[in-house]
Amino acid sequence: MEHVQTLTEEEFSKQTAIKKGLVAGFPIFLGYLPIAIAYGVLAKESGLSTMETTMMSVLVFAGASQLMAAGLFASGAMFVEIVIATFVLNFRHFIMSMSFMNKAKDFPVRWKFLLSLGLTDETFAVSSLHGGKAKHKYGTLFYLALILFAYIGWILGSLAGALLGDIIPTAISQSMGIALYAMFIGLLAPSVKKEWRIGIIAAFSMLINYILYEPLGFKDQQEGWAIVISTIIGSLLGIFLLKEDDES
Amino acid sequence: MIIATIIGMAIVTMVPRFLPAFIMNGLTLKPWVNRWLNAIPFAALGALIFPGIMYVIDDRPLIGILGGVVAAVIALFNVNVIFAVIGSILTVYLLTM
Repeated sequence: MEHVQTLTEEEFSKQTAIKKGLVAGFPIFLGYLPIAIAYGVLAKESGLSTMETTMMSVLVFAGASQLMAAGLFASGAMFVEIVIATFVLNFRHFIMSMSFMNKAKDFPVRWKFLLSLGLTDETFAVSSLHGGKAKHKYGTLFYLALILFAYIGWILGSLAGALLGDIIPTAISQSMGIALYAMFIGLLAPSVKKEWRIGIIAAFSMLINYILYEPLGFKDQQEGWAIVISTIIGSLLGIFLLKEDDES
Repeated sequence: MIIATIIGMAIVTMVPRFLPAFIMNGLTLKPWVNRWLNAIPFAALGALIFPGIMYVIDDRPLIGILGGVVAAVIALFNVNVIFAVIGSILTVYLLTM
C-alpha cells in the first residue's frame, strides 16, 4: 500500500512540473508564431524548399539568425558569410547559458546538455525568472516542458509560413510583433517592483545597448555584439548591487 | 549547399549553447561570480527590450514604446505575463488602425 501511495504522489508532482512548464512556455509559444510564420514566408521567398525552411527551425532554433540567413540566402551570400554571421548573432546564448547552468547546477550533466540546446532569448528569460524551480525534484521536467512548447511553436509556425504563406493579416501580424517585447517587460516588471536594484541593472544595460545601436551604428550589422556587450557590462553592476540570494 | 549552410549554422549556434553545461559542471563559484551570473537575466532583458521595441512599427517608435508601457502597467498587477502580451498587442493594433 505504502509503495502505491508513493508512486502516485511521484506521478502527481511530475505532472505538476510538466503542467507548470507548459503554462510558463505558453506566452513564448504564442509570441513565436507570427515571427516563425514571417520567417517561413521569407525563407520560401529566398529560394529554400519547405523541407529546408523547416529543417533550419529544427536544427538552429534561433529566430533572429534564421531571419537574417533567409535574407542572406536571397542576396546570394555563401556558406562562410552566413555561418560567421550566425555565430556572431547567436554568441549571446553562451553568456545566457553560463547564467542558466549556475541555476541548474544540481542537474545531471546530461540534462544540462539537453536543456542548453533549447536556450533562446525567450526560453532563457522565462527559465531564469523561474530559477527557483531548479531546486524542485522535477525541475528538469519543468524546464523541458517549457522549452519543448516554445520549440514546437517555432517549428509549427515556420512550417505554416512555408506551406501557407502569409496567413495572418498584415495588421495583426504587425501588432503581434510586440508580443515578445511585451513578454520581456512582463517578466522584468515584477522583479523590478520587488527589488529596485534590478531596475538599475536593466536600465543601464538598455542605455549601453542604445548607445551601441544608434550613435555607434551597431544597429545594422552588429546587433549580436551590441546585446552581448550590453548584457556583460550591465550585469557587472550586479556584483555591487545584488545580494547573494537574489535569484528570482 | 543550402543544407550544408544550415548544418553549419546549427553547429555554431549549438556549441556556445552547450559549452557552459560542461565548463561550469561541478564548479564552486566565488560569491561575486554568483552575483554576476544572477544579474545576467536582468541585463539581457534590458538589452533585448530597448531599443529594439522602438522598431516594432517602422518609423513609428512611439507605438512600440506605448505598447511597452501598457505591458509594464499590466505586469505590475502581478498577473500572468500573457495578459501583458495581449494588452500590448491590442494597444499596437488600435494605434496602427
